[in-house]
Amino acid sequence: MKPTDIAAPDYFHKVVDCQWACPAHTPVPEYIRLIAQGRYSDAYMINWKSNVFPGILGRTCDRPCEPACRRGRVEETPVAICRLKRVAADFKDDIKQRLPRPAPKNGKRVALVGGGPASLTVARDLAPLGYHCTVFDGDPEAGGMMRTQIPKFRLPNSVIDEETGYILGLGVDFKGGQRIESMKSLLAEKYDAIFVGSGAPRGRELDIPGRKEAAGNIHIGIEWLANVSFGHTDKIGKRVIVLGGGNTAMDCCRTARRLGGEKVTVVVRSGFEEMKASPWEKEDAIHEDIPILNYMVPVAFKHVAGKLIGVTFQHVKAEFDAKGRRNLVPSGDPDQTIPCDDVLVAVGQENAFPWIEQDCGIEFDKWHMPKVDPATFASTNPKVFFGGDAAFGPKNIIWAVAHGHDAALSIHKMLSGEDITERPLPDVQVSSQKMGIHEWSYDNDISIDKRFKVPHRDKVIALKDIRTEVELGYDVKLALGEAHRCLNCDVQTVFSTSLCIECDACADICPMDCITFTDNGEESDLRHRLKAPSPHPDQDLYVSSDLKTGRVMVKDEDVCLHCGLCAERCPTGAWDMQKYFIEMTHAGSTCPTKSRSAA
Amino acid sequence: MPALVAGIHAFLFLGQDVDGRDKPGHDGLGIAGAFMTYIAKPKFHHPGLKKNDLGYTHRDYEGKISTLCAGCGHDSITASIIEACYELSIEPHRVAKISGIGCSSKTPDYFLGNSHGFNSVHGRMPSVLTGANLANRDLIYLGVSGDGDSASIGFGQFAHSIRRGVNMTYIVENNGVYGLTKGQFSATADRGSKSKKGVTNTDNAIDLVAIALQLGATFVARSFSGDKTQLVPLIAAAIRHKGASFIDVISPCIAFNNHAGSTKSFDYVREHNDAVNRLDVLVGRDPIAVDYAPGTVQMVEQHDGSKIALRKIDADYDPHDRLGAQTFLAKHAAKGQIVTGLLYVDPDAEDLHEHLNTVETPLNTLEADTLCPGSTVLDKINASLR
Repeated sequence: MKPTDIAAPDYFHKVVDCQWACPAHTPVPEYIRLIAQGRYSDAYMINWKSNVFPGILGRTCDRPCEPACRRGRVEETPVAICRLKRVAADFKDDIKQRLPRPAPKNGKRVALVGGGPASLTVARDLAPLGYHCTVFDGDPEAGGMMRTQIPKFRLPNSVIDEETGYILGLGVDFKGGQRIESMKSLLAEKYDAIFVGSGAPRGRELDIPGRKEAAGNIHIGIEWLANVSFGHTDKIGKRVIVLGGGNTAMDCCRTARRLGGEKVTVVVRSGFEEMKASPWEKEDAIHEDIPILNYMVPVAFKHVAGKLIGVTFQHVKAEFDAKGRRNLVPSGDPDQTIPCDDVLVAVGQENAFPWIEQDCGIEFDKWHMPKVDPATFASTNPKVFFGGDAAFGPKNIIWAVAHGHDAALSIHKMLSGEDITERPLPDVQVSSQKMGIHEWSYDNDISIDKRFKVPHRDKVIALKDIRTEVELGYDVKLALGEAHRCLNCDVQTVFSTSLCIECDACADICPMDCITFTDNGEESDLRHRLKAPSPHPDQDLYVSSDLKTGRVMVKDEDVCLHCGLCAERCPTGAWDMQKYFIEMTHAGSTCPTKSRSAA
Repeated sequence: MPALVAGIHAFLFLGQDVDGRDKPGHDGLGIAGAFMTYIAKPKFHHPGLKKNDLGYTHRDYEGKISTLCAGCGHDSITASIIEACYELSIEPHRVAKISGIGCSSKTPDYFLGNSHGFNSVHGRMPSVLTGANLANRDLIYLGVSGDGDSASIGFGQFAHSIRRGVNMTYIVENNGVYGLTKGQFSATADRGSKSKKGVTNTDNAIDLVAIALQLGATFVARSFSGDKTQLVPLIAAAIRHKGASFIDVISPCIAFNNHAGSTKSFDYVREHNDAVNRLDVLVGRDPIAVDYAPGTVQMVEQHDGSKIALRKIDADYDPHDRLGAQTFLAKHAAKGQIVTGLLYVDPDAEDLHEHLNTVETPLNTLEADTLCPGSTVLDKINASLR
């Protein structure tokens, strides 16, 4: 193998699994260390810069970071990264003084369609640079789906108000209750750029017999949740069936439990394991006495005199065809009718752009989705950008935020006369953590604690009021314990070939047998000759250049605890522990490119 | 005249066990801590670690974290002992590790944390080991010593334990200097080699391997701490050998003997290492298919049925020829070469217990009336001698 190029920012970024997996690339270990130090406001600001909604995401994020967390490969469970984010939000001081000041306007106007996480992220990045940002939303308040679709018992309004407020406070114009009905007329208003962050606002229909006849008791999940959120709906029948296995279905069933649903049942087409809902949301639903039935396909709504009386299901099983594709085929069991008073349909969301006219210069593909560049988020109309669910279909808040940052960067570059396809590298700061002979500036004592549970409110109380938040969040002590579980993967093991005397001290001391000194070879061959098995080929091998004896140092990054013992036991300082702080470059923090300085 | 009183020695003790550290940084200790590591070794191990026949991983054979200087060759020997015991699936409670005084003699604390241990007086490891072996022949005896402990103050002890054929594995961690007293030449430092300060050694060196061969050790080897592929099977084979096994391991002292002019530095040993063979130890009933080129391998079956596959590097070298080994060693030493590998083995060796015709049952488990059968038996014995 060729010697590893550690100067490439991606190499060590990948070692920080959580940060690499996060769409917004939040510097997770850095903020967890700050939480451990009690510096909650500092931890919050790192998050705020990167993911814009720490308090909201700390309650609702889909957590792509946690399955990636190295701790999950070392023991059973990853660090509770998401809930630590909430700790930063819960315990911070007043951070208003740390926010950017509303900047003098630079004369450029940007229209943002939709007031959800994508648009607000664009506004957060552009407003401090002097852009005049105007956010349009059909709802009276900012937040989009974060406000309308996520139940208040998971995300209280106060948190949404606070974090959307920070952005609107940057001098952003929010036009609530103004739904954009025509792209053409918006374009006619001569904005310098338009960002579409209108989400995936349409709930998918379930067109089976009885749908029309029993319409009064069949509700589309996201619409129903929005009605609950705005107080238009405040009760539901005693027996409720929720169709669908995503997070919206979980929100629907738990909301139904609070609005009078005594017997609420979730029914999914395929297996329990394959459900799209996050595992913890399924757990929370089951905890609230909601059974989840699987391998049942709805075939008809049963109704008598225009009133719904039940749903009939066909039992299916999974079968694999010759090509290994999975199909659901009837299991042969007789159909089953489950009696109910109301049905909530949460079988997916769709994008809808009836307001974008065909002659706007915005091309759509055969799935009726706009053609959007995945790097710049530009549509075929160079002035119009898309992000969030509006760009590539339903995803999660953190994706919308990541899109927003990238789109804002494109808009800023475009309006500065730069090439928007030139994407800046992340900002990397490297610093040795060595303080003295045996002193390291990070806590490298590896905690063996298991993941700490987040305390929940008592179920009886929680189910009484739809606005009572169920999760209480970690207290300071639990947060400290959980923070100690973080392995500090951003404190990197950096190897200097020229200093190594091949004494084996590092290989001998390494608790995880990560380090091997051996002859070089092809990667597949090397992986078989390591001291310990190498079961994750997606985890890189760190390979040195040739040592004095002709061998190379190979380190499997897979389960390195970043404990620093290799550096501690190295007599020559060939190993050093260096903190890599990697931040994505956002609009405004990038150095001007050549084309811009020429402009 | 005042009565004699026992001497009171003041030692600097750690305020706390290093593994039980509860705060970052130093734990308030004295001189001994100048090189010590304060990070506790994490309890986690690689999730895919292989287990031996007993269900242990090699991490289960570890001891406390080393307090030797970073990079010390002794730590690699420690790792090799751990590896060898793991591979042999030795039950830790069946091992007694006995040492004297010195950097090397501290190391038994760093391996086999669940074994018996005795850190004896300077140079007296061989006597203590011999006594322990006589009292309980069922344990595996690991004598760990250094060049100071065995070639100077304990030279006589070393010699007599070897010539008696005590069933043990005697490992000398040989760095050629007195590290604990800041790097004076030891008795194994080669004549003409230079100290860290540039002083030339004018005394002749003791070659412990040559002495062990002369005194009748039945398993004699030399190796290098920086070559675990050779060292680990050597230790395993020595443990399986019945009789006096002696391994001299050159182990560079990073702090005082790893400079140009030293003959025990990493660079010097790597350049002058003349390995006569490499070996694989084959234990157990499972037929092991070993694919060696014909003529290159010599199989040696030891007393306990274990086999050593010797892969010859020097085709003419015969590890069953004691005299040949002595000559070979002397010739190569004169050329400045360091001969390593399994230099001599007598697979049918006898040990001290056989020489003394002791009972099979370890003495420490014999009942008192068997051990001391009383005056009638004594009278009989006395009568037979009249």
